[in-house]
Amino acid sequence: MRAWSEFVESARIAGQQLLANRTRSFLTGLGVIIGIIAVTLMGIAVKGIDTGFDQSMNMLGEDVLYVEQYPWTAIDDFWLYKNRPDIRPSMADSLNAIIADTPNSLLQLAVAAPSILETITYGKRQLSNVYLMGTTDDYALIIPINCRQGRFLDQIESRGGRNVCVIGIDVAQGLFGGDEPIGKKIRIGEQQFEVIGLFEKQGSFLGLFSFDSQVVIPLTAYSKYFKTGADSASIRVKVKDKKRMAEAREELRSDVRRVRGLLPEKEDNFTINEQQAFRSTLGPVKAGLAIAGLFITGLALFVGAIGIMNITFVSVKERTREIGTRKALGARRRTILLQFLIEAVSVCLLAGIIGLVLAFLLFGLVTVAFPSFPIAFSPGLVVVALVISVITGVISGFAPAWQASRLNPVEALRYE
Amino acid sequence: MRSSPVISSPTSTVRPKGDVVIRIEGITKEYVMGESVIRALRGVDLLIHQNEYLAVMGPSGSGKSTLMNMLGCLDTPSSGRYEFNGKDVASMEDDELAEIRNREIGFVFQTFNLLPRSTSLQNVELPLIYAGLRAHERQRRAEEALVAVGLGDRMDHKPNELSGGQRQRVAIARALVNQPSIILADEPTGNLDSQTGEEIMALLENLYDEGNTIVVVTHEEEIAEHARRVVHLRDGVIESDHLRIGVRKR
Repeated sequence: MRAWSEFVESARIAGQQLLANRTRSFLTGLGVIIGIIAVTLMGIAVKGIDTGFDQSMNMLGEDVLYVEQYPWTAIDDFWLYKNRPDIRPSMADSLNAIIADTPNSLLQLAVAAPSILETITYGKRQLSNVYLMGTTDDYALIIPINCRQGRFLDQIESRGGRNVCVIGIDVAQGLFGGDEPIGKKIRIGEQQFEVIGLFEKQGSFLGLFSFDSQVVIPLTAYSKYFKTGADSASIRVKVKDKKRMAEAREELRSDVRRVRGLLPEKEDNFTINEQQAFRSTLGPVKAGLAIAGLFITGLALFVGAIGIMNITFVSVKERTREIGTRKALGARRRTILLQFLIEAVSVCLLAGIIGLVLAFLLFGLVTVAFPSFPIAFSPGLVVVALVISVITGVISGFAPAWQASRLNPVEALRYE
Repeated sequence: MRSSPVISSPTSTVRPKGDVVIRIEGITKEYVMGESVIRALRGVDLLIHQNEYLAVMGPSGSGKSTLMNMLGCLDTPSSGRYEFNGKDVASMEDDELAEIRNREIGFVFQTFNLLPRSTSLQNVELPLIYAGLRAHERQRRAEEALVAVGLGDRMDHKPNELSGGQRQRVAIARALVNQPSIILADEPTGNLDSQTGEEIMALLENLYDEGNTIVVVTHEEEIAEHARRVVHLRDGVIESDHLRIGVRKR
C-alpha cells in the first residue's frame, strides 16, 4: 500500500516536473528520441530486407534444386565452369524418367527452363535486356504462379509451341502503359507472340528474381527461335520433402551423373544450386547491417542517456531542499531513489514515444514515396523501443537518484 | 542537575507533568572540518515531558541548530544517550530515523519548505503517504488538519497563491497531520512580519492547549516568551533551563 502510494505520488511529481521544465525536458530527451528513431528504422529495415528477400526466394522455391552450368555463389575459376558441357533442356526428360524408375525417390519433377536476355517491342515501344524464359506448363507445379489477368501456359501450348507469352507487370507497364495487355501481339526478337497472361505483382528484392520483369514462353517455341550457342538451360527439380534437401541433392547429383554418363573417377561437370546459397550470402550482409545499426543506435542512446543523467543530477541539486524536506517528513532512501528514477524514466519513456511516432511518420513517408521498397512495421518493434527507453531511463537515472537518496537530511535542509 | 527544570516560583502555573517524551543524557556532537574538530555539543542533558512548551534559545554558534537536528532525529549524536518515547534513537539507521520523524515529529521550518507545485492538501498529505495511509483516509485527515489551522477554504491553493502566514499554517497543518509526539518549530516566525508572527504563535499556543508538546528553537526573546520553559544554550552546553511564570497570554 505504501509503495503504491509513494509510486503514485512520485509519478505525479515527475509529471509536474516534466510540465514545469518542458523545454529542458524536451532538449534532454532529444538524444533518446533520435536513438529510438534509429532503433525503429533499423528494425524496420532489417525486417524489410528479410521480407523482401523471402518474397524473392519464394520465386526460386524453397524446395527446388537447380541443375546448372555455373554455381550461384562466387566462382573461383571461371574457365573450369566455362568449359563444362551445356545443360540441355532435354535433360529434364531424362531426369524425369530416372525419377519415375527410382523407388521412394525424394525428387518429384524436373522442368527445363532455359533463359536469355531479349529485346521486346510493341509498336514504337521497345524494352531491351528483358529476361526471357522458355518452359512448360509443369513449371507451375514447381513454383506457385499467380496471374493477375489471363493464365499461365497450358499443356497444349507447351507441347505445340504456339507463339504465346505470359508477361510480368513491369513489362506490361513498359509496353502498354495502362492499356489492357491480354490479346496484344508483341515482338520478341524477330517473332510475334500473343500475350495470354499477366503475372501478379510480386515486388522485387534489389531487382532480383522477380516475375515482374520477365517474359515466359513455351519451351518448344524457345528452342525453335532462341537457341544460341551461348545459352545453357537451367533444370529445376522439385523435392518432395524440403526437410530432406541434402539427401535429395545427393540423389539428384547421382541422377545427373548417370544422364551425363560420368565415370566414378570424373568430377561433376555441373552444379546443383539452391536458394540456401543466397541465404548464406545474405547472412553476413544482414549481420553487418545489424552491427552498424546497433552501433549507431547504441551511440545515440548513450549520448541521450548521458544527457538524461546530467539533467537528473541538475534536478537533484536544484531540489536539494525539497529532498531535505521530504526526508524530514519521513521519506526513506528508497522513496527518494524511486522518485528520481521515475522522473528519469518518464523523460525517456516520453522521448521514446515521440521517437516511435516520428519513426512511424518517416516509415509512412517512405512507403508512400517508394511503394516497392520492402519495409515492414511490426508491433514487436514498438515493445522493443519502449523497453529500451525504460532501460535507458533506469540506467541514466540511477546514479543521480542514488546520490539524492543518500543526502544527509541536515545538509539538504540547509542547502541554499 | 541541569536536566530538571528549576522552578523559580512556588506559585507556578505549570501543569502536572506528563510522560517523558525525550530523554537526552550527555550527548555530544563533533564535526570534522578539514583539520579542526568542531565540538558543537559538549554534553547536553535534557528531559522533555508530554505537553510541554519549550523554547531553545542561544546565540549563533551555541549549538542550538545542532541540538534541534538531534531533537528532530535528523542527525545522531557522536556520544551520549537519546531516547524518544523510550526508544534508543542514538544508534538508529537512516531509514529507522525516517520512520521516527514520520510518526513522532512534526517539523515547522522558518522557510515553510512546502512543495511549490503541490496544493495545500497535497502538501499536508505528504507525511501520510510516507506513513502508508490509504488515499481517502489521507484526504480526510489532511482536510481536518487544514481546517484546524483555519485554511479550510485554501485546500486547493498552491503555495504561491498563499500569503506567508497562510503558508506557515499549511506547514503547521502538515506537522500536525500525523499526530506526532512533538512539534518542532525552527524560527517559525523568522520569515514573517510581526503581526503574522503573533498569529502563528497564537496558533502554536492553541495546539499546546490541546495537549501537544511543542519545542520552538529561536533567538528571539519575544518568541521565547510564549513558551513555558526556556533552555539557554551557550558554547555547546545548557547554560540555563527554567520555567517561566506569568506567561504572556493573548
